[in-house]
Amino acid sequence: MRPFTYVRAETLPGALDSARTDNTMFLAGGTELLNWARIGIETPSRLVDIGRLPELHEITPTEDGGLRIGALARLNDVAQDARVETAYPVFSQAILKAASAQLRNLATIGGNPVQRVRCPYFRSNGPVACNKRVPGSGCAALHGANSERFAIFGWTEDCVAVQPSDPAVALACLDAEIITEHGDGGRRIPATEFHTLPDVDPAAHNVLRPGELITGIELGAPAPRSAYVKVRERQSYEYALVSAAAAVEVTDGVISRARVALGSVALRPWRLYDAEAALVGLTPGSPEVRDAVTSGFSAARPLSSNAYKIPLARNTALRALELALEA
Amino acid sequence: MPDESPTPEITVTLQVNGAQSQVTCDVRTTLLDLLRERLRLTGAKKGCNRGECGACTVHLDGRRVNACLVLAASADGREVTTVEGLATDGELHPVQRAFIEADAFQCGFCTPGQIMSAVCCIREGHTGSNEEIREWMSGNICRCSAYPQIAAAVEAAAAATASDAAPVSASDEAPAGASGRTPASTDGRPPAPTPATVTASATGKRR
Amino acid sequence: MSGTYGITRQDGPAKVTGAATYAADYNAEGQLYAVLVGSSVTAGRVTGYDTAEAEAEPGVVHVLTGLPTVHEAFAGLPSPPLATRFLPMQNDEIHYWGQPVAMVLADSLEAAEGAATRVRVSYDRQPFVNPDTALAVTPSPDSGYGMLDAHEFRKGDAAGALAGSPVRASGTYTQPSRHGNPMEPSAILAEWHDGRLTVHDSVQHVYAVRDTLAAVFGLASDKVRVINPHTGGGFGTKAFIWPHEILASQAAKAVDRPVKLVLTRQDMYSIVGYQPLMEHRVELGANESGELQAIVHEVDNVTALTDDYVEFGSAPSKALYDVPNISTSQRVRRGNVNLSSFMRSPIDGPGTWALGSAMDELAHTLSVDPLTLRLTNYAEVSPADGTPWSSKKLREAYEEGARRFGWWDRPKGGTRDGHWLIGCGMADCTQGQFRFTSNARVRLRADGSVKVEAGYTDIGAGSTTIFPQIAAQTLGLDIRSVQGVSGDSELPYAGPTYGSGTTIAMGTAVHLAAGDVLRRLADVMSWPAEEVRADDGALTWRDHRRPYADILRAARLDEVIGDGAMVLPNGASADAGAPGMSTRTFGAMFIEVGVDPDLGLLRLRRATGVYSVGAVVNERTARSQMIGGLVWGWGMAAMEASHFEPNLGRWLSQDLAGVPLPVNADIPPHIDMSFVDEFDPHVGPLGAKGVGELSATGIAAAVANAVFDATGRRVRDLPITPEKLLDPRM
Repeated sequence: MRPFTYVRAETLPGALDSARTDNTMFLAGGTELLNWARIGIETPSRLVDIGRLPELHEITPTEDGGLRIGALARLNDVAQDARVETAYPVFSQAILKAASAQLRNLATIGGNPVQRVRCPYFRSNGPVACNKRVPGSGCAALHGANSERFAIFGWTEDCVAVQPSDPAVALACLDAEIITEHGDGGRRIPATEFHTLPDVDPAAHNVLRPGELITGIELGAPAPRSAYVKVRERQSYEYALVSAAAAVEVTDGVISRARVALGSVALRPWRLYDAEAALVGLTPGSPEVRDAVTSGFSAARPLSSNAYKIPLARNTALRALELALEA
Repeated sequence: MPDESPTPEITVTLQVNGAQSQVTCDVRTTLLDLLRERLRLTGAKKGCNRGECGACTVHLDGRRVNACLVLAASADGREVTTVEGLATDGELHPVQRAFIEADAFQCGFCTPGQIMSAVCCIREGHTGSNEEIREWMSGNICRCSAYPQIAAAVEAAAAATASDAAPVSASDEAPAGASGRTPASTDGRPPAPTPATVTASATGKRR
Repeated sequence: MSGTYGITRQDGPAKVTGAATYAADYNAEGQLYAVLVGSSVTAGRVTGYDTAEAEAEPGVVHVLTGLPTVHEAFAGLPSPPLATRFLPMQNDEIHYWGQPVAMVLADSLEAAEGAATRVRVSYDRQPFVNPDTALAVTPSPDSGYGMLDAHEFRKGDAAGALAGSPVRASGTYTQPSRHGNPMEPSAILAEWHDGRLTVHDSVQHVYAVRDTLAAVFGLASDKVRVINPHTGGGFGTKAFIWPHEILASQAAKAVDRPVKLVLTRQDMYSIVGYQPLMEHRVELGANESGELQAIVHEVDNVTALTDDYVEFGSAPSKALYDVPNISTSQRVRRGNVNLSSFMRSPIDGPGTWALGSAMDELAHTLSVDPLTLRLTNYAEVSPADGTPWSSKKLREAYEEGARRFGWWDRPKGGTRDGHWLIGCGMADCTQGQFRFTSNARVRLRADGSVKVEAGYTDIGAGSTTIFPQIAAQTLGLDIRSVQGVSGDSELPYAGPTYGSGTTIAMGTAVHLAAGDVLRRLADVMSWPAEEVRADDGALTWRDHRRPYADILRAARLDEVIGDGAMVLPNGASADAGAPGMSTRTFGAMFIEVGVDPDLGLLRLRRATGVYSVGAVVNERTARSQMIGGLVWGWGMAAMEASHFEPNLGRWLSQDLAGVPLPVNADIPPHIDMSFVDEFDPHVGPLGAKGVGELSATGIAAAVANAVFDATGRRVRDLPITPEKLLDPRM
């Protein structure tokens, strides 16, 4: 790693103030940041360690029946909180399918959505054409070895990578909000809009401004009939080829509401809004459910060797719905 | 006032295996390299330096973590336990004994990390079934691949420390049988893991 | 000599407490940490360096951009065990991406790593050759690797017999390059004192390293010492001497300070070897009864431009089945990549993948059971040359394996279990066998303790247990009084820990050395050496019995030293088994998988392996080896691949996230491994052959065959990933 100075923040305002300096990054769990520094993806001059901030660790109910999760809560603690397990099983499952037990003891829920793409070109040690590494340099993945790890939605020739976070998919499914603070004031960002698509800015990963810090996640009304499915070559400790988060409500024997988000198919979790609309009124387990989900894929565009991801993603979504309905 | 280090060095004070250590080191130093290169506690191993293998697993304030992903600076003032700190008064820890009995290692390089992980896996209560153990130990890669023996060692050690740990189900090792039928596990589920089904045991409900 | 399940690993306490030391755990006074800078072009020349920024970093002591020319003795070194004759940092040539072009030496690892990113190298970049798609050519006759077997083999007229066969099966079977990725990255600490070089190095044969390094510097071998009590996984990656070991030793001499070089996981892709991408073309011809008439097996493997590594994947086709006509052929595809090499299990691992799949396809064409087809074509003698087997109980292994697995009552392929389709497959396991000359010394002390001394290495197979165990058994002592002293080139010469030859070679040497101790004790007692026996710490002859301690005390001896050696016919340093016979290990692997066709998932449900390996010295460690090999084979079948990116000219992913290896959750507890009761009287007094690599053969074919059984899809291109299993219909 290139040299940097290290500052430990004692207070949140102090942390935000430290971040006004150029090339300063916040250090929480460190499970991504240290590797960025090793690979040269980032070369921060200053790290502000926010790990000891007294606030931001708690999980508390909100007034409208939801849950507020402090950004510094560790992934394992969030996933195994009884309230999260009961009210938002898709979120608990998504977290527990991420990374490993050791990583989930370090990684925080506020750091997790900030993780970056796993594209091997982006993660390369040597120089390579990558608009996220060097804006304007091109995209080596577009015409390279581009099967499993790349997008089928929302890509442009400037970037075909995917956002790998599992929790982010569940948050998008649940219409969660990401709460931030900044020296000039914070905001609430819908989880569905947190990550940046390449047609807006291929060099960007998410909408955070320099010095902007995630301080919490807010989940809304409970979604007990929900589930997460993650498809990968090995059973654990691996990023997804495709994943899906589904949350359903059933009234009088038919689906009255459905929310489905796909992971690892685009640079952000991908909500299948068309499919969700088509699912309303259908009987769980009926053949029409498959058609409804399939209708969500009309905008899917494969790259030169990942067309199989389209039926795979459709099937993964179906499986998540099936499990959500059983929950 | 933020605790600022304008030079490339920092002085870190930590409890390592019950003893206080103070080291001045490069700010970039990870906890792993502090342990190995400065304190000469070489039990924790560097397998990948990216958090992709678990060979560097140690306990930080009692929780298992990848030491290669922790800056020594972040660990200042905290408690670290390494494999060298497990045995007490020359007596092996039950997990260490179980690993020997189950032949749960070969080259031994991943073993300290496996053991540190296993100690916490048991303490966390993630030993309710063979499947749960294997899932919660998957953060430690073994290339000699002693996986079934590792799972057996964790199960045995969990039983040996049963008063604090989660109850362990009867062994999943049903005989294959001449009939060729797929052996059923004792909790009634088929032995093949279904990735889409997150069972109660796999989520590891904490006690 | 009987095996015993009860003996636990003698290095257990050291390994579970972190006391066992590996190369990177060592340190030397005044050492410098080394970090290599690798070429960022695939082919061409270095035209210049700018090291000013790097050298200005605090803590950096040297930035080396070249190293002294090696001694002329280097050119005379045999390769293998020198891995490659091309040594980086001797000139400006670039032959592969990641080739070391500079070395940063600093007081701390952090300083060296940080400075390495500041070294600027300029290149004259040239077009590179992609080895995956290069033209296949005959291996060079000068290749040391190529001398291990015949490039072309003919028995009878395979082409003609094939044409005349009423039933045929053929296919092209491919496997990608795969890296061994032992958990311990290669590491070396090199120190010079008074013209002598001492290295702590992560290796599989300390003597080859000693002799290679000696030649690099034009020294006699006794001026170099290699110390390595434990290696954190070898798998062939550490079998030969790779450039980094030479560079570190040269650097230590050049800067006159100890140099500690620990390869990064990234370096492990581009600086040491891997099993090459291979394309197998297999054609089988049989009559309507299923009796093979012809086997044709052609193999192409990738290699570097600088050396020809030949992967004799065609070998099992000359070894497994009774067939009158055989034709095999080996070619290489040379390209700009680091050199491929032996990796567990070389030769037979790849070969059984292709042949085992082809046999299954033939069985399907014939509508016969795959196991029946094997029994029909059982080879009572070596198919290659008609020599008798030194031992073979494969029939018993088939029978026992089928019984334990329930093969004849297995579920019908494609049976549903929830979302899963169940499938079962079987395949042959086999591995060729080497024997290496080896020596051992056994010291019996007056206090009853025993030391076994030899320079073998511990890569996890159990050497630190087996050899003390053999000495203990020969001397009639409890193993707890026997200590193994190993991993040092100053100890009696041991053969390498690869080629599945360690147990035979070193085991024989230890057994004979312990026997030599008994002989010497007999001499002290004036008893006839050939009539004495060891019994529970005492020497017996007829009705006489004297405890060892008494014998030594009465003779006023502190210790008795015995020497033993595995001597091979004609003074050879290595051979492939007893002369005039063929020596191989065999096994039968039965696997049940589940395939989820909607999600493309492939998961292992259970596996049964039964093996014919001669005597089993320690069942506990042997069983663990077989399980380890199964998992190795699962990785080969289901997930592993190192992709050479065709535009960038380098490995696409050089870490453990982009290249999946099996994790604990992949492997169910239902793994049943056992051995046929057998003793091979021809390989050595122990009657034992090797098991470590046999265990990783046959797996990929059994898995692919099981996948076919489950889904009707025949996958001929590894790994078997979701893309290949998914039902693609929308």
